[in-house]
Amino acid sequence: MEVFLHQFLNFEIMQKVFPLLLKGLWTTLYLCVLVIPLGLAGGLLLALLSLSRRRAVAWTTIALVDLFRAAPPLVLLILLYSGLPFAGIKLTPTAAVCLAFFCNTSSYYGEIYRAGIESVGRGQWEAARSTGLSAPQTLTYVILPQAVRNVLPDLVSNTIEVVKLTSIASVVSFPELLYSADMARSVTLNSSPVVLAAVMYILLLWPLVRLVSRLERQVAAR
Amino acid sequence: MPILTISGLRKSFGTTEVLKGIDLSVSNRELVFIIGPSGSGKSTLLRCINRLEEPTGGGIAFDGVEVTDRSTDLNALRRSMGMVFQSFNLYPHMTALANVTLALRKVLKKSRDEADAIGREALAKVGLSDKTASYPSELSGGQQQRVAIARALALDPKIVLFDEPTSALDPELVGSVLAVMRDLKAGGMTMLVVSHELRFARDAADRVIFMDQGHIVEEGPPSAIFNEPREARTRAFVAGLLR
Repeated sequence: MEVFLHQFLNFEIMQKVFPLLLKGLWTTLYLCVLVIPLGLAGGLLLALLSLSRRRAVAWTTIALVDLFRAAPPLVLLILLYSGLPFAGIKLTPTAAVCLAFFCNTSSYYGEIYRAGIESVGRGQWEAARSTGLSAPQTLTYVILPQAVRNVLPDLVSNTIEVVKLTSIASVVSFPELLYSADMARSVTLNSSPVVLAAVMYILLLWPLVRLVSRLERQVAAR
Repeated sequence: MPILTISGLRKSFGTTEVLKGIDLSVSNRELVFIIGPSGSGKSTLLRCINRLEEPTGGGIAFDGVEVTDRSTDLNALRRSMGMVFQSFNLYPHMTALANVTLALRKVLKKSRDEADAIGREALAKVGLSDKTASYPSELSGGQQQRVAIARALALDPKIVLFDEPTSALDPELVGSVLAVMRDLKAGGMTMLVVSHELRFARDAADRVIFMDQGHIVEEGPPSAIFNEPREARTRAFVAGLLR
């Protein structure tokens, strides 16, 4: 028992590595601020393209979305960061992470938006168009507000997954929370920093998880 | 001089021809009623007029503009044709006033104050001055349909197309919507109405069109269509409705 406490809940070590992990947490947050808006915007674009009336556009988009949803993001990241240099393209860690996340998360966000847009009845389109609103105006003022409201729990759920997924940036030496914790572990030869990192993740995400439950109840009540 | 002239209008969905050559003209200030069994193409005809459905053939001239021309500005055209739907199709995330003013602000680029003034006036016309801040979910079906009528009226249309405006309403709410339509008629609005409200047709319509299987079978003043129809199909349909 004492060995376990010493190895996993060593407060002395936790205290010592806390500043390092806090810096990692900030880096994780910075990464989130970078990749989440990018994914939300890219996802919206993919959703609209996949609903295009031009079949070639729709099918190409759907094929790309399928590909990036099936491709493991870690593999994608390693390919971009370590594979591309063989082709003479050298990406910075930040660029590689952003690109890999853009491909992966916008595909997932895109599918959620698409379900949302499809959940809004045809009558809404027709009513708006019959008053002279253009297609982009109809989307902006009538369809998307309802679509997003209908799939808000899924959008937030996916955002939670994205936050967790930022830990894969550690494989390209991006000093985010997991990378910092693992580094502290290997220096102190103790697992407590990783436990501390887990606690930080949980504290960060728990409010969001609660939010999803609340939103889900609201949607169900409508 | 008719404001709307439809000639040889055809519409197919896949291999099914729903409209098989419709000729119809509507004069200014006229209220034309379209009746017929379900599947006769009444709603499709209405939806072709503002091109919610793309006609397969024939022509539609509205107020001097060829509706089916590629160069026609569809959004401008639709602004001058109001449309009222069976299922109301109000925007559920907006108040009654916002429903009525959306196109005023975004299409006609009116200021919020100006749009709100027009919107309040339109809602007053349908008897809903006290419901401007209500959301559709807080309104009865009859009230929702009146908001939808106000939304069409706010754009000052030259014609209003009604697609079974009372079919989704509980019987006790139908009267309030018909009363609004009567007021519109009295105000000189040109209206094309697909509906089964025969009593209303008898009282208010200038002309009744009977459609069946994609054709106009018979047309005439309400008294003629309801009391002494010439065609057997009309007779059978009217007898069925009156029973």
